[in-house]
Amino acid sequence: MSENLSDLLYLISIVTFILALRFLSNPAHARRGNQIGAAGMLVAIVVTWVKAGTTSWWAIVIGMLIGGGFGAIAARKVKMTAMPQMVALFNGVGGGAAALIALAELHKIAIHHWTVLGGGRPTVDISVAIALSGLIGAVSFAGSMIAFAKLQELIGGRPITYPGQNIGNLVLLAGLIGFAVALSAGVHDQWIIWIVVGGGALFGILFVLPIGGADMPVVISLLNAFTGLAVAIGGFELQNNVLIVAGMLVGASGTLLTLMMGKAMNRSLGNLLFSAFGQVTAEAAAVAAGEGGGTVRSASAEDVAVMLAYAHKVVFVPGYGLAVAQAQHDVRQLADMLEAKGVEVTYAIHPVAGRMPGHMNVLLAEANVPYTQLKEMDEANPEFSRTDVAVVVGANDVVNPDARTNQGSPIYGMPILDVDNAQTVVVLKRSMNPGFAGIENPLFYNPKTVMLFGDAKESIMKLTAAVKTL
Amino acid sequence: MTGHTMLLVFEVTILVLAIFLGFEVISKVPTLLHTPLMSGTNAIHGIVVVGAMIVLASGHKGPFTWIIGFLAVVLGSANVVGGFVVTDRMLEMFKKREPAKPKDEEQK
Repeated sequence: MSENLSDLLYLISIVTFILALRFLSNPAHARRGNQIGAAGMLVAIVVTWVKAGTTSWWAIVIGMLIGGGFGAIAARKVKMTAMPQMVALFNGVGGGAAALIALAELHKIAIHHWTVLGGGRPTVDISVAIALSGLIGAVSFAGSMIAFAKLQELIGGRPITYPGQNIGNLVLLAGLIGFAVALSAGVHDQWIIWIVVGGGALFGILFVLPIGGADMPVVISLLNAFTGLAVAIGGFELQNNVLIVAGMLVGASGTLLTLMMGKAMNRSLGNLLFSAFGQVTAEAAAVAAGEGGGTVRSASAEDVAVMLAYAHKVVFVPGYGLAVAQAQHDVRQLADMLEAKGVEVTYAIHPVAGRMPGHMNVLLAEANVPYTQLKEMDEANPEFSRTDVAVVVGANDVVNPDARTNQGSPIYGMPILDVDNAQTVVVLKRSMNPGFAGIENPLFYNPKTVMLFGDAKESIMKLTAAVKTL
Repeated sequence: MTGHTMLLVFEVTILVLAIFLGFEVISKVPTLLHTPLMSGTNAIHGIVVVGAMIVLASGHKGPFTWIIGFLAVVLGSANVVGGFVVTDRMLEMFKKREPAKPKDEEQK
């Protein structure tokens, strides 16, 4: 296949990727867009395969069967609640592939210069591209793996910190950049790229470890942007347009998405990434938890069922606890039953509830909740004052009134769902332990609040059973 | 300008245009769809598999390149296939209320 023809076919792929993103602006045809993107990807892969010629076609097929088979099975089998870690995993392997390409390209160039040209060096742009994509790809790979491990609870979700952490990370990063510059300047000893890639991986690990579970959505989004960037730069090494455009589309959109999420939490990116969120507050939470906050009212499922059944308007506020307990289907059932009794039911979704942006939307969509019932924060907040019962299912920080009033709180300034404006607040919670971020929540001590302790799924099932008898 | 420089300038041009395009396209996506958006872009950077295939195809030049290229193809194809399948599963679930209650406001 000629170079011109393949470039034109790659252009088709590029257009489908843009359409795929464009179609995501409306849930009605978002799925179609994704399928168009997948078709365009297939075009790019087939074109490349044909171009690869006869030498390695079977190796490519075997490699794709292994990788693709793993990807397909993992993506099919995974539960909806485990989506965030799956996205992290697939993002990580993409970053890993970009780093490997950098390794291979430098090797090839070095060999070429020694054996064919007998010295000399490649152009600066290629060297810079190799150094950068190796570094960024490795950071993205290792960082995503740690994010995966945290979300999968292979390692603790709480921030892991030690003295001098930020300084240490900065020194490491500065050192790596130094090596990357040396590489760019034409020092082509191959051990340097190994240091850049290996050190990048180490940095990825150290950089994600101190970030608390609650901030994972932002981290995954950022690492997604990193992988896109690494892929785009890889396109410079291989002089391949489709890699440059597709990679940069992801790099740019991922960056914008990350910034939008930071804005939803009213925190700067620097604050999110370097403040080891939640760790500072461990002692504060311990103090507040010790009787200081007032009394907590707990209620039985029967009491709450009566409140719900005779309400005019009930708003469910889901959080990560809903995902952990996999209670989305049960919530839907309860909501259906309430609606049958004439109660108006909506869901108030905080932009950063859960472990991915829009995590709750996906879970509730899985339970067939129509997306027209899902209210975003700006739409939901004015409604709470005419809400009879707000049911908080496994959410904590996103309904914490300290974010409005307590300047000492680490989440001060974060926009929250004003559930305390409702007539009554029912909080479904496993125990009085503070949430993932380890922050005490005065909402639980509010006289309007009743607590329903227990696993979210069981509590909801009990409520459903109790509402049925009314 | 040499051919190489011209190519580089061209590549940088499309890179910069892609940045603006990325910002532009994404700013219209509602928060409702942010998870599929992240997952969908995740699938798109799976295009790295194309780069991996190019590396592997040049792998006859030495075992090192071959092995690294092969690994990259495995990782890259996991990224592509997994990314698109996960996104499709998510988007499949976004439905409007079934026709029973038609009075819901349109979200356009």
